[in-house]
Amino acid sequence: MSKKNSEEFAKKIRLKTIEMVYKAKASHVGGALSMVDILAALYSGILKYNPRKPKWNERDRFLLSKGHACTSLYATLALSGFFDVAELDNYAKDGSIFLSHASHKIQGVELSTGSLGHALPVGCGLALAAKRKNEKHRIFILLSDGELDEGSNWEAILFAPKHNLDNLTIIIDYNKIQSLGNVKDVLDLEPLSGKLKAFNWQTIEIDGHNHEQIFNALSTLPKQKGIPTAIIAHTIKGKGVDFMESKLLWHYKSPNDEDFRNAIKQIE
Amino acid sequence: MNYEQLLIELISNDNRYFVMTAENRAAMRGITNQIKNNFIDTGITEQTMIGMAAGLALRGRVPIVHALATFLTMRAFEFIRTDVGIPNLPVKIMGSVAGFLSEANGPTHQAIEDVSIMRGIPNMNVFCPADLQDFNLGIKKVLQHDNPFYIRYLNLPNVVEHSEFEIGKAEVFGNGKDIAILVYGMLFTQAFKVKEILEKKGYSVRLLNLRTLKPIDETEILKTVNECKLIVTIEDHFITGGLYSILAELLLRNKKTTEVLPIALMNKWFKPALLNDVLEYEGFTANKLAIKIENYFEEKNF
Ligand SMILES: Cc1ncc(C[n+]2csc(CCOP(=O)(O)OP(=O)(O)O)c2C)c(N)n1
Ligand SMILES: [Mg+2]
Repeated sequence: MSKKNSEEFAKKIRLKTIEMVYKAKASHVGGALSMVDILAALYSGILKYNPRKPKWNERDRFLLSKGHACTSLYATLALSGFFDVAELDNYAKDGSIFLSHASHKIQGVELSTGSLGHALPVGCGLALAAKRKNEKHRIFILLSDGELDEGSNWEAILFAPKHNLDNLTIIIDYNKIQSLGNVKDVLDLEPLSGKLKAFNWQTIEIDGHNHEQIFNALSTLPKQKGIPTAIIAHTIKGKGVDFMESKLLWHYKSPNDEDFRNAIKQIE
Repeated sequence: MNYEQLLIELISNDNRYFVMTAENRAAMRGITNQIKNNFIDTGITEQTMIGMAAGLALRGRVPIVHALATFLTMRAFEFIRTDVGIPNLPVKIMGSVAGFLSEANGPTHQAIEDVSIMRGIPNMNVFCPADLQDFNLGIKKVLQHDNPFYIRYLNLPNVVEHSEFEIGKAEVFGNGKDIAILVYGMLFTQAFKVKEILEKKGYSVRLLNLRTLKPIDETEILKTVNECKLIVTIEDHFITGGLYSILAELLLRNKKTTEVLPIALMNKWFKPALLNDVLEYEGFTANKLAIKIENYFEEKNF
């Protein structure tokens, strides 16, 4: 699929995401919006998948580590045909499988996440399994920046290059904000690219909202044979809705009626 | 007094207290500036925070650490066991939204094995207050205690005036002889209503708010077992390792047996929803509990 198509796709995901968060009076809209362009690119040409056969063995595995932001993943999966878009209306409803954190009970979701710092260790296991069985599929892990506070990530970051897991790619949604403050004020990650390089990763920095850059980065993997790739995607928390953009408040806040109307108007 | 005021008071009287959080400031949001010399937000680093708390405690501090109960007790478990438990350091571990209080979240966020794993650590103690008033009555003694404590933190309003608190002593309501309900934490409120419902129906009921599950009030429980026909344990916790297990261990230790109805979560996580709906779904509203207990009691033909 082309860059133009994936931009259109991103718009649809944003609209659906905001509607879900609004209807359910849910949280984490900021982090859901910052990763939309990455999801759109992944599911419109990068990942190998078959929505009618979600467990197809040769599929690429995508794991959302920042499971709190699952609304835009659910929207992406529905719009990619894994299940009916109407099912998204059940999001965060009492008793629904559409939990407010990513749930593996949903078609297309590989792992239940929500406890930060889990998907990359699991991803290393998936990548190792594929290597040992000589399988060609790839593993993509989308991490958030605050999440990199968790030590489990850094153990996995040490592990992957050591074991030549070039079938593993991490994408860091570097939106610069976590729950209660700026990443640089809570636990500064900088120099992030330098750290990953020092840990022997191939590292690319991109604008995480520029579809051309996202496609370029994701369609030439691995960057170097035998080495895992880390894509640092510079993003804006709340991207697409001006009053949410880079605002800490929108990590947790839920849009009211007026916020909702304004948000939809802007995206459309 | 609310929790923030309590922290300010504690710190202004005793500089040893040190408030820590792994980016979860819900309990102390308003006072971080005021207590800044005795405060640190370590970032989203539950296990490392516990390690740091142990280091601070080795230098004479009394760390009060905060995070969601799941991540705190489970991500950091080995650090709690090894760095706090083995040297028996006075680190106070405040787990928030434990049990049914984890609203609308899935299994990743539900702490319903926390009591089990925390009490399994030698030297560790466990305090599960019924509501905010109960918490306030107990917390100073818990913080001043020389040993580590795990606390199921909560700030729900009380439905009844609680009596004075002592570590290892249950709070007893009534002296009924048919049914005794043993409970801890937020389900006390439901259990208290259950007692009223059953009494209206003519049963003679007593209620034990256990307050600390470790140490457990063995004397009061044995007395209750001797005097009552049916013992009911109610908990928002897996059936394994919590109050039901504590009771079973206690009875066996005393070469006793009795009729017990355990009401707990059976081998599955609870349905994510808002608190009142969770209580409905899982059968933990006062009405549903009362029916279950009454049916069981009648079946047994005491
Ligand atoms: C182990 C763990 N600790 C704490 C939390 C609570 N929590 C949920 S989201 C969040 C902050 C996330 O910020 P960031 O990682 O930057 O995500 P994003 O900005 O993409 O939303 C925290 C601390 C959690 N989900 N898991
Ligand atoms: Mg962030």
